[in-house]
Amino acid sequence: MKRLNTINITTMGQKLTIEPVTRVEGHGKVTIHLDDENNVVQTRLHIVEFRGFERFIQGRPYWEAPVLVQRLCGICPVSHHLAAAKALDVIVGVGPDNISPTAEKMRRLMHYGQFFQSHSLHFFHLVSPDLLFGIDADPVKRNVLEVAKEFKDLAVQGIMMRKFGQEIIEATAGKKIHGTGAIPGGINKCLTIEEKMKFLIGKDPLNIDQMIEWAQSAVDLFKDYHKNNQDFIDNYATFPSNHLSLVRKDGALDIYHGVIRAVDPDGKKILHDVDYQDYLDYIAEEVKSWSYMKFPYLRSLGKKDGWYTVGPLARLNTCDFIPTPLAQKEFEIFKAYTNGKPNNMAMHMHWARLIETLYAAEMIKKLLNDPDLLEGELVRKGNKTIEGIGLLEAPRGTLFHHYRINKDDQIEMANLIVSTTNNNSSMNKAVELVAKANMNGRDKITEGMLNGVETAIRAYDPCLSCATHALGKMPLELTLFNSRNEVIDILRSE
Amino acid sequence: MGPALIDLVEKWIIQDKIKNIHVDSNYQLNIEDAYTIRDYDIVIFLDASVEDIDGFMLTRVLPADKVNFSMHSVSPSFVLHLCKEIYDYTPEAFLMHIKGYSFDLEEGLSRKASENLNLAFNFMKDLLSGPEISTKHLTGQFS
Repeated sequence: MKRLNTINITTMGQKLTIEPVTRVEGHGKVTIHLDDENNVVQTRLHIVEFRGFERFIQGRPYWEAPVLVQRLCGICPVSHHLAAAKALDVIVGVGPDNISPTAEKMRRLMHYGQFFQSHSLHFFHLVSPDLLFGIDADPVKRNVLEVAKEFKDLAVQGIMMRKFGQEIIEATAGKKIHGTGAIPGGINKCLTIEEKMKFLIGKDPLNIDQMIEWAQSAVDLFKDYHKNNQDFIDNYATFPSNHLSLVRKDGALDIYHGVIRAVDPDGKKILHDVDYQDYLDYIAEEVKSWSYMKFPYLRSLGKKDGWYTVGPLARLNTCDFIPTPLAQKEFEIFKAYTNGKPNNMAMHMHWARLIETLYAAEMIKKLLNDPDLLEGELVRKGNKTIEGIGLLEAPRGTLFHHYRINKDDQIEMANLIVSTTNNNSSMNKAVELVAKANMNGRDKITEGMLNGVETAIRAYDPCLSCATHALGKMPLELTLFNSRNEVIDILRSE
Repeated sequence: MGPALIDLVEKWIIQDKIKNIHVDSNYQLNIEDAYTIRDYDIVIFLDASVEDIDGFMLTRVLPADKVNFSMHSVSPSFVLHLCKEIYDYTPEAFLMHIKGYSFDLEEGLSRKASENLNLAFNFMKDLLSGPEISTKHLTGQFS
């Protein structure tokens, strides 16, 4: 991939375009507008590709949705699979709280497996190059292959953690591609005793105790890094934000089911544990002309002040505790760092992500020892309704699936609000902060500066593929505009 | 296209009781595939292609000399390179390109894509039944 290494700014009122955003998924670009003194006056993260998945599934039988929506994303198909199934639980009349214990636990196991693999992949293979080599390091050096070369054990851990999570998904969803595990009203299979034992005491290193140990060591690695790089980790792209997530009804961290809670930057509750079936009463989406990605906001605070952050940091800011011992211990350290107040430090997103990785591993072990996974009622039925909403926490943040069907059981309306969309305002704000800090008054952009912008975006772990509801190939393009808004160069990579 | 060809190959090796060939498919390649391929002598990656080719094409894959990793885009050559770095091993690797035409949201394969799939499958059967994969099988286009 060709990168834009340096741009000389010699004319007034330049507009710089950083495109594509590498190591960030999908097709996005960042534009930075400078004034006559080369100070940054405006930045925008644009999402430039759109193919409407919501339109595609209109007219399809509703029971197909949990399989179809997995095509939205090759990394988090399970999130879409489960969110759709949860919405259809409502449509088939079982309701959001009444699937069988076996069904809920199998779905949870699938979900924790996905969290474990996605968070591991993100940290070890996307973020660790920045931390291990520095964001200003030569890009030839700052990549996962160099991590593999110089920190082989770490790279192997990342691979095996991702593999373990993927195997959990395969065992619970039935297959790797287009899994059918979750169905409206329940699940279509239990775990076999062989699968259970494989994950509990499997061949080294693919067993849950090793995964827990590695997840704990990843948290420790981050804390060590933090000690030595406090200024960067605490201040990079940091700004006050509202935070929103699902929490269990008793306030525990819960990524599968619960109520919606939001807090402001000081920790005051601004959304009080509301039923997600009523999300439209509380959340709206603003459309802006320059991006295909919408901007969600809390109705009560309005468009200007109602934007919020979702994802690992938000989840640890909204929940009261974590219901597993090792992760809870780390949560207490995490909370103590900000004296119990919400943590608004963007790079602490990685810290939160690793605590959640540990939580997911502990939850997997707890579930593997639960006899309900091996047998029990798989599916329940009820009186069908025409509309249902499914909500859960995807690795990157809160995910909404909303469907309405017609009398022929066809989907006639679908609305998906994905994690990256929920983080749209926050990511734009982070980009603006970094651009102003690094580029004000400068007449050159170095590759390190570009990576600085990407580092801020990467903290949110965005998936622009999900956000634009696109799939398939993602063309990458780099465009440079002059002060008259003329394109003076385009670079494409395949 | 990739999963469709994998399905055909899998049915064939089961039906004909062919040993020593394993198949796998996923939404996309990823880092754990470096672990998977370390156990094999020869690896053939399969995927749809938008290149200007007729039917299908088989090319050799070598470890990448540049990094193109992102969570949603991992190339066969990256997987090979990661395998080499971590496991100090590089299997012989090939990429089967199968020409596709329409990648918008829709069901099934187009008629021409289906034809290419069948051509590729027949070629794969011959290839995998033979004693080796040699240069004569490479880079040529078959239609």
